[in-house]
Amino acid sequence: MSDTWLPALAVLSSLLPGLVIFFLAESRIRLRTALNLIGALAKIALIGIMLWGVLNDHEYVFRHTVLPGLDLVLKADALALLFVSLSAVLWLFTTLYAIGYLEGAPNRSRFFGFFSLCVTATVGVAMAGNLFTFFLFYELLTLATYPLVVHRGTDKALRAGHVYLAYTLAGGALLLIGTVWLYSLAGQVDFVHGGSLAALPPGTAGQLQVIFLILIAGLGVKAALVPLHGWLPMAMVAPAPVSALLHAVAVVKAGAFGIVRVVYEVYGIEFAQSLALLLPLAIAASITIIWGSLRALFQDDLKRRLAYSTVSQVSYIVLGVTLFGPLGTIGGLVHLVHQGIMKITLFFCAGNYAETLGIHKVSEMDGVGRRMPWTTLAFSLGAFGMIGVPPLAGFISKWYLGLGALEAGMPWVLAVLAASSLLNAAYFLPILHRAWFKPAGGAWPDEQIPQRGRWETAPLLLIPPLATAAATLVVGLFAAAAISPLSWAELIAVREYLAWIP
Amino acid sequence: MTDLLDPLPWLIVLPLAWGTLAFLLGPGRGGRLAIAAIALQLMLALQLAGQLLGNGARVHAVGGWGAPLGIDLMADGLAAVMLLLTQAVALPLAVFARGYFAASPKGRELFWPLTGFLLAALNALFLSADLFNIYVTLELLGLAAVGLVAIAGGRQPVTAAMRYLLATLLGSGAYLLGVALIYGTYGSVSLAVLTPLVTGDAPLAVTLATALMLAGLLLKTALFPFHFWLPPAHGGAPAPVSALLSALVIKATFYLVLRLWLELFAPLTTVAAAQLLGILGVAAILWGSVLALTQSRLKMLVAYSTVAQVGYLFLLFPLATLVPPGVADSAVQGGVMQAVAHGLAKAAMFAAAGSMIVATGRDDIGHLGGVGARLPLTLFSFGLAGVTLMGLPPSAGFSAKWLLLTAALESGQWGWVAVMIVGGLLTAAYVFKVLRRAFLPMAAGDRVTRVPRTLEFSAFALALASILLGLFGAPLLYLLAIGRAA
Repeated sequence: MSDTWLPALAVLSSLLPGLVIFFLAESRIRLRTALNLIGALAKIALIGIMLWGVLNDHEYVFRHTVLPGLDLVLKADALALLFVSLSAVLWLFTTLYAIGYLEGAPNRSRFFGFFSLCVTATVGVAMAGNLFTFFLFYELLTLATYPLVVHRGTDKALRAGHVYLAYTLAGGALLLIGTVWLYSLAGQVDFVHGGSLAALPPGTAGQLQVIFLILIAGLGVKAALVPLHGWLPMAMVAPAPVSALLHAVAVVKAGAFGIVRVVYEVYGIEFAQSLALLLPLAIAASITIIWGSLRALFQDDLKRRLAYSTVSQVSYIVLGVTLFGPLGTIGGLVHLVHQGIMKITLFFCAGNYAETLGIHKVSEMDGVGRRMPWTTLAFSLGAFGMIGVPPLAGFISKWYLGLGALEAGMPWVLAVLAASSLLNAAYFLPILHRAWFKPAGGAWPDEQIPQRGRWETAPLLLIPPLATAAATLVVGLFAAAAISPLSWAELIAVREYLAWIP
Repeated sequence: MTDLLDPLPWLIVLPLAWGTLAFLLGPGRGGRLAIAAIALQLMLALQLAGQLLGNGARVHAVGGWGAPLGIDLMADGLAAVMLLLTQAVALPLAVFARGYFAASPKGRELFWPLTGFLLAALNALFLSADLFNIYVTLELLGLAAVGLVAIAGGRQPVTAAMRYLLATLLGSGAYLLGVALIYGTYGSVSLAVLTPLVTGDAPLAVTLATALMLAGLLLKTALFPFHFWLPPAHGGAPAPVSALLSALVIKATFYLVLRLWLELFAPLTTVAAAQLLGILGVAAILWGSVLALTQSRLKMLVAYSTVAQVGYLFLLFPLATLVPPGVADSAVQGGVMQAVAHGLAKAAMFAAAGSMIVATGRDDIGHLGGVGARLPLTLFSFGLAGVTLMGLPPSAGFSAKWLLLTAALESGQWGWVAVMIVGGLLTAAYVFKVLRRAFLPMAAGDRVTRVPRTLEFSAFALALASILLGLFGAPLLYLLAIGRAA
């Protein structure tokens, strides 16, 4: 009984608080905060139960028939839980951060309402058990994030929202076409280890290739694959907690995760390889990695630089997926978690600089390390992690991606990884140099939060980035521990490949 | 006799009775009576649906006389779905109308009696078993609807009403001519008698009759290019009236087109005719959406959206004509689901628009700033209804789109797929045009007052129903299958 309802409850644990929050008066701050935190903690508890179960070979499935031949399926398997755990934990930190960030700002009930819907959609995306369910939550994610992107209501924000909608709704339309086509060809396509399309008659191979292209294009919009990435740098006008959501917790991850599901559990990695689909995807991911890094080099706006960095880093996940062999899989999947932790740290810090001192540009960051040492320390950990300095999280990802490339017989990928690491260093190290070693150039642009004793900024703004920065270190240092993201990714890889290795 | 408890005649008698009573009570009175009576009608419709699910389609001879002397009433799955839709939309709208006319009394004098007659005509139309009775209900429906458009008075609404009157009379005239030709050929107007008689080699008069009847009904359904009368009529009437007309009245004539096409005229249908209907549907989707995008008045935008959404209904004809039975079933299910989805969502949207207009005191999209902050529930309802119209999941609109897309793909008709996808994106464009204005802060010199809660909650109930039906739509499809030739 509880086996079927746990996944549904995990979705509801943020949906219900969200719906209540919409109708709370602005002044009910305590009740709103309580609802947010209860939802976040309940979700983590539910996920904890399911993690334990899945580790012991249990699967939790909720199924509801919407129309004959069209089921809504929520399934907590190892892959789903990898993404859900990341989202749930980061959501908790982002909520705390957002409470501090938006203190005194208008329209907070609306903000937190959509914020909760957004996480609901992400959990749904993660636990979707078939393409239809995935599509449902993927579209819900679009609708729930739009009001957050335009939250400030400025012309710039509205324009960004416009672009965001145009890209994501078009992407959703492609995903719908691909899904209906696949359903009409193969019936209801549930996500299963090893995929299920290999059993179709060989005459359909051509159609399946086209469908793959359509699906990946639809998912690639949110995953910000070049040239479908245009919305992401524009959307950085949104408030910092929303950027954290877009870049680390929800949106780009939903796209990348969708690609993982389609390759491994719809087509099956071996079948995708036999249809010659993996190499083109690897090339697209490589181009994205290099292009995103190159563009990041030339951005003076800190959040824009981080946004282009996301374009580049998310494609590591896609690249890992395309490397045929368990090691590449592990590298891609573990980066799903690692990129989230690192990038959310960086965006939290960027938000702190902007809120505390009014710093928005890299060129304004001279000497900020002395005024805000803790924030800058967290930023540095995130940046070194992105570059891939051992023993931080990013190093683990790159190590496995490199091994995976060799295993898959694609040594040129090593060159991509090396070039990307150099570029990462080229756009992150100057920031660190300015922050730590250059003297401050007079007054800060717009100092809002004064130093209070040891607190360089508001506590709720400082604790979340420190926690996630610490996590960057911990998941790297203790990658070999039994419950690290790496071990979990290994568990998934074993199950994905066992499905077809007799 | 158990006959006395049969829901079929009561579904017609009840609204006639409360409409008359409301008239006798005097101007503007009878709202509470109407709400209670419509609630009863909804229960009767549910009871009927339950009976059909248990025992299959059936015929009721009014007064025990039966055809050809008396009047037969006929209920199958399709009729039951339309009856359910009608009562389910009318109930929240009646609650809405009571609040709306309290806040904005223009036109309240005759609203309740005319609405009673309108609902009686709709219910009778869905239950009619012969072509001539259908004609009578069509005329009653048209006159009640024209009356409702005109009740607010003023030059613009009356002009719109006159245009509407012309269209509806022309439409029913053409229909009647067709019925006369059929009667002349076969000597009967009963659907049950005629259906086996009409065959592929029917005389020219019957082909002509088919064309006349369908053309008349298309005019009344406002399918492109016959939509000219709709936007001023639906956009100019008081909000509860716009909602009734857009959600229900045009669906009645669509229902007739569908029934005649699938049953009586099935032997005469051709792929070319079906393609023509589909192409008109495409034109409606594109033209209606583009014009909706260019409107500056909120209710005109919603009215043009109806022009576009009517187009989707007609995509079912090329998908259901001369294709394998499984595909045809899926197409018909999709079309009917779209009719229901649009009925609920458009009623919600017009109701929400009405609340926004009452609150801001003007019908102008440019002055919606502040609505999001002051009337969050109303804006949320508008958004949910928009989700259904865009065809995003989970909503009845999505279920409809899914069924139609499946039918299109399985019969290899790719063109319609592209149209449905593009139409969805265009819908998103005009829905978000409203939403993003309403999210902005209030402009200087504007006002947004609160509106009675009944206005907000009735719109929300309709919008929520259109979403929930997307999650629990399977029973509706089972009901629809009753009485359809397998």
